[in-house]
Amino acid sequence: MFGYYIDLALRSLKHNRVLTGLMVLAIAVGIGASMTTLTVMHLLSGDPLPGKSATLFYPQLDPDTSVASSHSQPTDVMDYRSAMDLWSAHRADRQTIVVDSDLKVTAPDANVPPLMMTMLSTTADFFPMFDVPFQYGSGWSDDDDARRSRVAIISASLNDKLFGGANSVGRTLRLRDTDVRIIGVLKPWRPSPLFYTVRGGRFAHGDTATFYGKIEDVFVPLSSGLEINDGNFYQFNCWGMPKRTGHLIDAPCEWVAVWVQLNNAAKQADYRRFLHDYAEQQQSLGRFTHAENTRLPSLMEWLDYNGVVPSDVHLQTGLSFAFLVICLLNTVGLLLAKFLRRGGEIGVRRALGASRGAIFAQFLVEAGVVGLLGGVAGWLLTLVGLWLVRQQPTPYADMVHLDAFMFVITFALAIVVSLLAGALPALRASRMAPAFQLKAQ
Amino acid sequence: MEIRPIVASLKKHRIPAVLIVLEIALACAVLCNAVFMVHQCIASVNSSNAIDEAGMSVITVGGIDASQAPAAIVRDLAAFHSIAGVKAAAAVDRVPLDHDVWLGSYSATPTEAGWINSSIYFLGDGGERAMGLRLLQGRYFTPEEYAGGAVGADGKSTSHVVIINESDAKRLWPGQNALGKQLYSDETVWTVIGVVADVLAQAPDFSGGTGKYSSVFFPLRPDVELGRYVLRSSPADRDRVLAQAMRALGTLEPGAVLEGHAYVDMRSAYFADVRGMAWMLTLVCAVMLAVTALGIVGLTSFWVGQRRRQIGIRRAVGATHAQILRYFQTENFLLSTAGVLLGVVLAVAANLYLVRHYEVGHLPWSYLASSVLALWVLGQVAVLGPALRAAAVPPVVATRSV
Repeated sequence: MFGYYIDLALRSLKHNRVLTGLMVLAIAVGIGASMTTLTVMHLLSGDPLPGKSATLFYPQLDPDTSVASSHSQPTDVMDYRSAMDLWSAHRADRQTIVVDSDLKVTAPDANVPPLMMTMLSTTADFFPMFDVPFQYGSGWSDDDDARRSRVAIISASLNDKLFGGANSVGRTLRLRDTDVRIIGVLKPWRPSPLFYTVRGGRFAHGDTATFYGKIEDVFVPLSSGLEINDGNFYQFNCWGMPKRTGHLIDAPCEWVAVWVQLNNAAKQADYRRFLHDYAEQQQSLGRFTHAENTRLPSLMEWLDYNGVVPSDVHLQTGLSFAFLVICLLNTVGLLLAKFLRRGGEIGVRRALGASRGAIFAQFLVEAGVVGLLGGVAGWLLTLVGLWLVRQQPTPYADMVHLDAFMFVITFALAIVVSLLAGALPALRASRMAPAFQLKAQ
Repeated sequence: MEIRPIVASLKKHRIPAVLIVLEIALACAVLCNAVFMVHQCIASVNSSNAIDEAGMSVITVGGIDASQAPAAIVRDLAAFHSIAGVKAAAAVDRVPLDHDVWLGSYSATPTEAGWINSSIYFLGDGGERAMGLRLLQGRYFTPEEYAGGAVGADGKSTSHVVIINESDAKRLWPGQNALGKQLYSDETVWTVIGVVADVLAQAPDFSGGTGKYSSVFFPLRPDVELGRYVLRSSPADRDRVLAQAMRALGTLEPGAVLEGHAYVDMRSAYFADVRGMAWMLTLVCAVMLAVTALGIVGLTSFWVGQRRRQIGIRRAVGATHAQILRYFQTENFLLSTAGVLLGVVLAVAANLYLVRHYEVGHLPWSYLASSVLALWVLGQVAVLGPALRAAAVPPVVATRSV
């Protein structure tokens, strides 16, 4: 029966090409607009580390002792001492500290002018903890962290720039005035967002596109990085005067972030208690004044708290769905016009024994076929829309593409929309009185 | 025109009538808000900025060590001044619309709570001339103030003087003269010695509505913080001056990482995403109006087709072409009116939501009025074709069975 309905639908759609074209077009532009924005939304609000993120947590304390600032929330990042205390306690399955800084990078044996790059100073666990993929070489050991080894890992893009993509393990890189040995080259890696540097979203007024930037180009052990680029570290916030600009190790400033991996619920509960006890202990030592401001959000909770998806993207998605509803209403009207015009045909089919259900099914199939055609055209429009997004100067432009999941969603949405649009007209058509329609002929 | 028969007829075709009303309502709500946002985008792209944008070039210098920087700045500026066409040159730490932000909060009393994201600008000697600031009141920094200014380890100026934006002067000391007043940031205090016309923030999007025109200027002696050179020339000389300055820097500072831009290009790059948003909204509105118009054409055509016989009868009993035409036009006007009334309610509701959750202002009434007008016109244009076809139905149809 389904095949027959498809045949009927195609005949009917061919019969009135202009009306069919209008309906397909309406669905296509609605789908094109909403799938473009939905795909961007999907890319930006997704999980940067699927399968792993549930075990990653972001400890937050409140080392800020100033009276002036409001203390409803812990600080976004923390001071060096608290971070080192948490890290060296080794109470989590894995733990790492991250801090960014800019510096001049030269490769003495590559013929490339010096570059200003962002360097991530971190600890050994960073790479296994965040499943960072390596192209050549590997990460460093805890020993390197302790011995302040002059080693570095570079990004695939820096490796391409300096060494033409060749295996550069063992070669030398000059970071500011210090020579370091390259021990690893990453594969292209593009977590979305760059979750481990996300902070301060609550002050950003929705202008959060910068959270989707590329990874740093140079990674060095924290202990080495602090020495190599001493004097060039920026605070997120200070509540007292650092002794020397850019040297924040002993300063009353928040500037480093800690991440921990906790593999099961029991460990998470333990760590929460540990964090709480640590804050209480620091308060009794007089170093903290707001020990109660202690949190342990998971990775996804931390991203939510920072409202990482830019407000522009929310607005565009809302707008495109309003647009889709307009297209849907439009299609309902056109289908209604099309179906009710065929009273004669319905009357004959009913008189020959077709049930109301059969008529309903027949017209719903016709609506579905319109949806499928609209889906194909909408898919093409989505590709055009995403191409337009890629031309925009946003940090995430290079990541925008239609993945298999969103491809399927495009057609699913088109068919669902058309069936929704077709339900009411098909119902009306199936309720027509056959005798009246026949008589009118 | 008698509207009772039209209403009676619409009551019999409730579903198509409701569909048209809903479509127009939604289109009206989206149109109002989208046009308003486009307007805000354009206003943001055209934001005034009281510096000499057309004549400015900016060179960012990276990778010079703190100990080398003061000597390099003196040497480089001397070289710039020997380039023909350079009216002024200075080292500054940041320029407006550079994404690189340094914010602080300033108040008129030491205890004032709440923060405003004020952009902090450190100027090297002659920075006011190089940027082309416009002094409204007071004076600029003296050479002694420039020579004595430093950045404390907490990032605050150790100088005791500050120049502020006009908007801040009005915000902090409404109705008073800001000159000589004390400006606080927590416990640190500066004396206001000058007020300049509003200079934009380093990143107005990031700073939000209150921070857009909140800028403070401090003097700074040659220091590694002053990582940007600003050169001012006539717009005609600008590109040549920039190229010559880049060449000079290349030989003077071989180890530095240099990036030079005309300021107008930096401004254009900063607003590129806002322009993109405006184009996207415009495109969506255009397609949406087209879809709505096509929907009206489709449904009215269907109606006309369904009512050929009635139209024929009306014609046979004496109705003129014009009366039939006007019947459909009035019908569309009634539907549009119902649609825009609902649409205005939706538009205001949507705007209230946007105001609460996003950086969007309150929708002015003029946008509602013009959207209503636009949809009325759109409806009348869309209905004209089908209505003319209806008016062309000959009276003889009444006597036929179909």
